[in-house]
Amino acid sequence: MALTDAIAAHFNYWIVIILMMTGFYLVIAHPNKINKLIGLTIFQTSVFILYISFAYVRGATAPIIVEGWDDYVNPLPHVLILTAIVVGIATTAVGLALVVRIHRAFGTIDEDEIQPLLTDP
Amino acid sequence: MNAADLILVAVFAPLVGAFLILVAGDQRANLRDTLMVLASVATFVPVATILPEVSAGGLPRVDVVEVVPGLPIAFEVEPLGMLFALIASFLWIITSFYAIGYMRGHHEGNQTRFFACFAIAISAAIGVAFAANMFTLFFAYEVLTISTYPLVAHHQDSEAQRAGRTYLGILLTTSICLQLVAIIWTWFAAGTLDFTPGGILAGKVTGPELGVLLFLYMYGIGKAALMPIHSWLPAAMVAPTPVSALLHAVAVVKAGVFTVLKVIIYIFGTETLRTTGVSEWLIYVAGFTIVAASCIALTKDNLKARLAYSTVSQLSYIVIGAALATPWAIMGAAMHIAMHAFGKITLFFCAGAIMVATHKTEISQMHGLGRRMPFTMGAFLLGALCVIGIPPFGGFWSKWHLVGGALDAGEMLVVAVLLISTLLNVAYLLPPVLYAFLLPPKPDDHDLEVGHHQHHGEAVALHSYGGEGHGHRDLEKRGGIREAPLFCVVPLCLTALGTIALFFYVEPLFGLLYGIIEAGTVTK
Amino acid sequence: MIAVHLPILQVVLPLIAAPLCVLFRARDLPWAIAAVATWTAFAISGLLLAQVYSVGVISYEIGDWAPPWGIEYRIDALNAFVLLVVSGVSAAVILFGRDSMLAEFGRSREYLFYTAYLLTFCGLLGVTITGDAFNLFVFLEISSLGTYVLIASGNNRRALLASYQYLILGTIGATFIVIGVGFLYAMTGTLNMVDLAGRVQAYGANTTIVVAFTFLVVGASLKLALFPLHLWLPAAYTYAPSMVSAFLAATATKVGLYVLVRFVFTIFGPEFSFVTLSLGLPLAILALVGMFVTSTVAIFQNDVKRMLAFSSVAQIGYMVLGISIHTMLGVAAGLMHLFNHALMKGALFCAVGCIVYRVGSSRLDAFAGAGRRMPWTMAAFCTGGISLIGLPLTAGFVGKWYLVLALIDRGWWPLAVLVVLSSMLAVIYIWRVVEVAYFRDPLPEAGPVEEAPLSLLLPTWALAFANIWFGIETSLNVNGAFAAAESILGGFGS
Repeated sequence: MALTDAIAAHFNYWIVIILMMTGFYLVIAHPNKINKLIGLTIFQTSVFILYISFAYVRGATAPIIVEGWDDYVNPLPHVLILTAIVVGIATTAVGLALVVRIHRAFGTIDEDEIQPLLTDP
Repeated sequence: MNAADLILVAVFAPLVGAFLILVAGDQRANLRDTLMVLASVATFVPVATILPEVSAGGLPRVDVVEVVPGLPIAFEVEPLGMLFALIASFLWIITSFYAIGYMRGHHEGNQTRFFACFAIAISAAIGVAFAANMFTLFFAYEVLTISTYPLVAHHQDSEAQRAGRTYLGILLTTSICLQLVAIIWTWFAAGTLDFTPGGILAGKVTGPELGVLLFLYMYGIGKAALMPIHSWLPAAMVAPTPVSALLHAVAVVKAGVFTVLKVIIYIFGTETLRTTGVSEWLIYVAGFTIVAASCIALTKDNLKARLAYSTVSQLSYIVIGAALATPWAIMGAAMHIAMHAFGKITLFFCAGAIMVATHKTEISQMHGLGRRMPFTMGAFLLGALCVIGIPPFGGFWSKWHLVGGALDAGEMLVVAVLLISTLLNVAYLLPPVLYAFLLPPKPDDHDLEVGHHQHHGEAVALHSYGGEGHGHRDLEKRGGIREAPLFCVVPLCLTALGTIALFFYVEPLFGLLYGIIEAGTVTK
Repeated sequence: MIAVHLPILQVVLPLIAAPLCVLFRARDLPWAIAAVATWTAFAISGLLLAQVYSVGVISYEIGDWAPPWGIEYRIDALNAFVLLVVSGVSAAVILFGRDSMLAEFGRSREYLFYTAYLLTFCGLLGVTITGDAFNLFVFLEISSLGTYVLIASGNNRRALLASYQYLILGTIGATFIVIGVGFLYAMTGTLNMVDLAGRVQAYGANTTIVVAFTFLVVGASLKLALFPLHLWLPAAYTYAPSMVSAFLAATATKVGLYVLVRFVFTIFGPEFSFVTLSLGLPLAILALVGMFVTSTVAIFQNDVKRMLAFSSVAQIGYMVLGISIHTMLGVAAGLMHLFNHALMKGALFCAVGCIVYRVGSSRLDAFAGAGRRMPWTMAAFCTGGISLIGLPLTAGFVGKWYLVLALIDRGWWPLAVLVVLSSMLAVIYIWRVVEVAYFRDPLPEAGPVEEAPLSLLLPTWALAFANIWFGIETSLNVNGAFAAAESILGGFGS
């Protein structure tokens, strides 16, 4: 009972951890270079969720001055994450561009298939 | 010019010379060789000019640059360094002429690189001699190692490269892994690296640690060629003979034993060594090296290899003198730097002259050579007698003092080692001369040699005849004198006469070296 | 008046110059823009350093928003020092770049290359100058994105794989840094470094703080290629164009090291990092193992650029070892080596670039006979190599000397001996190149080769000469490093 409570009380962290590990696993284990990038994106997204969930204040409203509300959600993490999302997109874009070039150069984007092509000095 | 400027001139003249040699290049060989001779003179003159001041007890000093606080590159001339610099720069002049004759006579390639590196090595040797602290000395020591590598690997074939790697490997490994560690330790213990009369370690490092530090220094100075780190020296013999003569009989190896002397006198202090007895083991190691290297020399048929092992043996004379640390022994050790230099350079010059004139390298091929090359073989005899150490040759004085120092210290074992070694010297140095003068040439040898010359197209030996190529065979049959080029023969005769001169005119040398005892640097 | 705005100009000038390269793509114009921007940045960093030394810490409020709400650029003796290193070496490398890139990359997309270069440069300067933890991450990513492009512009198709691999690892590292910063923010509600420092250090060994610390240290270690997180580096340096290798080797890992130092010393404080969490020991072990392992690996490389890349990882070990001692001497030694290593690797990679320019390859065989045919190039290589080994009268000696002093001073004398021994490995791998260059005849199939053009030689020699200059006139690198160490250590450990 206590355990489920503990999990429920911090469910946002559990989501973050599960997403993060899923992404990390994909990056490490998958030979396909696009799948790796997908994993990387999931990995980054989990951090975005971490930030956003930090900012949430129970029973508070958006940070707009409204009659009758005293508690506001902290807007700064949202702003930070907006920046981080932009960075993430840029990274993914560069990554995908590289994958396109790799496909042109090697004819494949599978790591296991590229490896034997690298025998030249 | 005051003494400080002269020191800088002496250290940097060879460097400027090296640069000019590079600029002149192979295309202007005559200009290049002239420049080298000029550089050697420009090095010797300032060194000799400082001599009176140092003999009078002066210690001219110049600070060049302070790299890190308390760690300057600085030069200071004291008697030992004066002696070493004098010998190195004087013999460089003679070697310059010899090298011109040898390199041309032997048709060596890459002469520009050779001469330039040679000049840099001399600059480094002068830097070692004049160093005012261990840091400067270490720097010059490493420059000396690196600048001589191209000389050892000169022929660029696989043998030369292998030898070069051995050479560099041993010298760099020992100096970085042991000597540098010892220097850093010294710096931490004493707070200074300046060479100070009486040593800087007294009371700072004690007990077994002092022994460990001495071990690090003695084996860190690979150039002193203590066994078992001596094998770089025989390996270095693949180099052209001028290198073996000046660098591996004088400048490089003497830089090693000179460093040993400096470390023992000015870092440890002779008094500290004598009272603590930490150098006892060094006496045994050096004694063993003397005897063992002599025995190996006996077995070598290749003349240069035999001379190389002889050098290994003779270097340990100096180490043993330093390890005894009595005034007489130190005097003997310091004098041996000079005496052995003249003796051994003569022997190497002769070996080179024989190579140029006849392409012979093995002692067993040299039977009867005395009739063809009387000057060379005569000089060989003088050089050998000097190394053996009998009057009237300079080598006598140094051995005399060493034996005296050993008796002083009550080390009868050292006396025994010196006597055995002298006998071994006789056994391995005199036979080549005796064979050359007394035995007839081997019968098959003659044909072999003619074939060899034909193969070479232009017989090198003929240079001394101004190119009378056609008369070659007749001359061969007639016998007669066929020496190496004059550029080779004259220098070797000069150094051979020098060994005798050093016996009769040793007084200035005494006066110079007595300075370190008088000043209380080496206590009685 | 303009002097007040130098901190922002330091970053904004390259940032503005970057799109200009795309707009003005006429012949050589992009390069000229990049060169002007780099040299201006160099001048600015020089002025900033002088300003810091004369008046102390500079605090610049972006858009006049007072910290800790607005972003603050805060320049003390540490980052002014790093700024100078980064912009100084870049200034030499950009001059080297023009002809070198023309030969290796061609003219067709030159403008894009220089845009990426300027963005990377801007990012590196931004990371160094900013006083805001999240801003640091943004700049780090800007520089990283630019770096991926720069590496991928190498000729060999393996450059693409190297770039991709770095993209994956670099992003993971940067994300770790974001996580760490996030936890810090969750605990303290601030992102300003000075503000953070006061609050974080008040918490002590709180779990969240420790977790944040771990993420930040690992993330920064990935960026600075601390062994064994260096896997991305060798391939990246090997297959990138010569100019990029020189640029990255001298700047990117140095900025990574700066990030580590900034977090560990300024934000968490040496007391927390080294006493409470005893970071010193693991760092020292990794640094030492890295020094020996990667130096040994370097010995067996047949491509000189790859060899130098492994050597870089080993040299990073020296810097980290200095940091891990966390005494004034140790940190100063680490920072000194940061300065010196930038110079030596800059010179070495540029010299290799000259060989690549003439012979078309950086393999060891390509060096055969170079000693005679390209004497000035090889002389510069030797100068850099000697400095790398650490012979006296070169910059490399000074750093190693202080490192050894610091180790003995701390009582870690066996490590001091190991540091001295590790120099032998550098001797071996540098010597292999020297031996081939001077004592082996050129391959028969190689055509006639002449000395590299002056446009390559002059920058190379500027860097090589700097190695000698800063080994003799040591006031800038030694005093600068000590001032930097003092600024981050305060009274700690003295």
